[in-house]
Amino acid sequence: MTGEPDAAALPADELVPHPGQQSAGQQPAGRPSDPRRSLTDGEWHRLHPATPLLRGGIAFLAITGFVIANLRERLLEFFVPGAGEYDPDDYDPLTYVWEHGFIGFALLAVLVVLLIVMAAFFVSWRMHTFRVTDEAVEVRSGILFRTHRKAKLDRIQGVSISRPFLPRLFGAAKMEVSVAGQDASVKLEYLFSRDADDLRRDVLTLASGVRLAEQGLAPAPTVGPDGVVGANDPAISRVVNERVNEFLAPELDPSAAPPESVVRIPIPRLIGSTILGWGTVFIVVLAVVMIVSLVNGAVWALFWFVPSVIGIVSYFWTTVTKSLRYSIAGTPSGVRIGFGLFSTSNDTLPPGRVHAVEISQSILWRPFGWWQVKINKAGLSAEAAAGGKGNTTVLPVGTLTDVARVVELLLGSVSTIDLHDELDRAIRDPGHSGFVLAPRRARWLDPFAWRRTGYALHDGLLLFRRGVVWRKIDLLPLARMVSFAVSQGPVERMLRLASARAHTVIGPITATLPVIGTAEAVQLFGDVSAGIVAASRADHSHRWAENRAESTGTVLPIPPPAAHADPETGLR
Amino acid sequence: MTTHPDDPTTPESISSPASPLPTPPPQENPAAEAPRRPDFSAGDWRRVSPKYVVVDLIGAAIFAAVIVAAAIVFAVVFEQAWQWWVMSALLLAILIGAAFTPRRIRSIGYQLRQDDLLFRRGIMWTRIVAVPYGRMQLIDINRGPVARAFGLAELKFVTASASSAIVLPGLPETEAEELRDHLVTVAESRRTGL
Repeated sequence: MTGEPDAAALPADELVPHPGQQSAGQQPAGRPSDPRRSLTDGEWHRLHPATPLLRGGIAFLAITGFVIANLRERLLEFFVPGAGEYDPDDYDPLTYVWEHGFIGFALLAVLVVLLIVMAAFFVSWRMHTFRVTDEAVEVRSGILFRTHRKAKLDRIQGVSISRPFLPRLFGAAKMEVSVAGQDASVKLEYLFSRDADDLRRDVLTLASGVRLAEQGLAPAPTVGPDGVVGANDPAISRVVNERVNEFLAPELDPSAAPPESVVRIPIPRLIGSTILGWGTVFIVVLAVVMIVSLVNGAVWALFWFVPSVIGIVSYFWTTVTKSLRYSIAGTPSGVRIGFGLFSTSNDTLPPGRVHAVEISQSILWRPFGWWQVKINKAGLSAEAAAGGKGNTTVLPVGTLTDVARVVELLLGSVSTIDLHDELDRAIRDPGHSGFVLAPRRARWLDPFAWRRTGYALHDGLLLFRRGVVWRKIDLLPLARMVSFAVSQGPVERMLRLASARAHTVIGPITATLPVIGTAEAVQLFGDVSAGIVAASRADHSHRWAENRAESTGTVLPIPPPAAHADPETGLR
Repeated sequence: MTTHPDDPTTPESISSPASPLPTPPPQENPAAEAPRRPDFSAGDWRRVSPKYVVVDLIGAAIFAAVIVAAAIVFAVVFEQAWQWWVMSALLLAILIGAAFTPRRIRSIGYQLRQDDLLFRRGIMWTRIVAVPYGRMQLIDINRGPVARAFGLAELKFVTASASSAIVLPGLPETEAEELRDHLVTVAESRRTGL
């Protein structure tokens, strides 16, 4: 896969049509210095030239801006004499420079500083390289202190691409390859935005255990950092067009995923679900407290009420804008979750990287039938998990049909059960859908939810059902579970009850079964501990396409996990 | 909300008798009284060394000595009296804890099964954990100064989950090393992707 590819030999549909790629496709293929090349050819490649500016240069610009802002009066006086409030008697370094005729030296010094900064930027860009081999993704960076990070492909837990607002203006994107282990991700910041999606696809295809050449999509040429500038290509208008197209382009490339697998959130539902949150309850409580204080003549209550309301409203705003243009879709390399309006971000989780799924519904959402889906995934640092970062909420709000589709995508190969009906029954009547429930005596410990607390175990999946105010169902693939514990305290012993907990990698979900009878707990413990072993032995998802490649011989493109292999049962 | 002697343990089907589904799974056998403790006695449980009781008691004694010393320092430096009450309460708690130490240590057990390790501990608050060998990422041997004097060591199992929390104290040093080597071998042969 080191040979230079011929564009004509490629399947046309592999050239993902986005603005940058199209202009590349129109280039004459046989030019001697053909800048097109694959980023996954095992050679070292450079990043986006604006990288140093975007990573550290913003601070430099900010300092420059600060200095200029402080000299504003003087500059105003210089250009528009008499307009500013500049007092010539103020003594500052500039006056000193002026009076002693050092103006030339000063300009020279500024020039030298600028040159040094630019040279440093240039060198740091030259030294910051990455490569993708059959084994790993590697990044080298640093001028004086060199760092070298390497992510083994078969340990990849997910690849996310984010495009914050400012880098987006430069056509740059940040790609993060997270691997197993806390905070052990390899960051490629910043790539050319137009390369990022293809690079991710290629990395994940390599990670799946299928060689790109076998796949038929290698070597998919992407536009290298050298860029493509045609002879009669007015560069500026081209760049502007590209940026505008990028901002207007749909968040999810329509050719990247089958449309029936795509889940979106209608904007009214998004706004409604945010307003029907605990923030509103908090505002109402605050308002009541404030009215009471006002009636009692405490006008100062406004001083804390107004800021709190502003805070909560801005929280609503960020929640809504973050989830705007949300989409989740099954792509050949895994589940892709994307969202964001100005700063976009999307994660791709390869098959078998989801360690726990939790479906939850607060009491406020119940009349509308809205649910939220969260996941635990590896490669998240403890701080990120505690701070709610790391995009663990895969479906901010959705109906049960959406939930079933998302769970199907996430756990595809684990279970082929009729998920929607199963979930529906598990929520409404867990006793008759294969759930083993807590006994009646559990009402002393769990007076409201005991009727709905229980577990089910089938198809390599452990399900916990619990909660009344927050109705929750945890779906835990046994093949990913780390360990399983049953515990009992003195009060539980008196009532002949116990509780169970499944341990997974760190994340927002703590999978517990708060009460269960002792006999059932023993049964559950035995079944789960045997199930983990059996499921792990049968699991090969670290190279998820390898077996398929061996068994079928031809793989083009990679059949996505169960959801698409079985469209009748999979998608409704 | 203490004991309620005759628990009816009715099947859940009473709550909704007209079920459209063919076979509602049996919830609970009304005839059999559920045991008070979950019964995990099956299999070959191994205990930690009885010498660990002494190590634990020495640890408690050292802790008590530190508390007494702190209280005395307080009395001399700040000329206060309240710390004696705090000290007495803490010493009493340590004493009660020490009385239960032999039973507590006896309750620590582990079992090496074909593909996973079982670990249990506790008398009031009991906990049993199963970890497949393939999920162990790291096994530490720690030797504290007191435990070392008695030739004991502590094995700590690190998994991808912070809440697995398996620490096996009071193993004779040779046994700890053998166990570690054995576990590393079986973990390697059963290694799976995370």
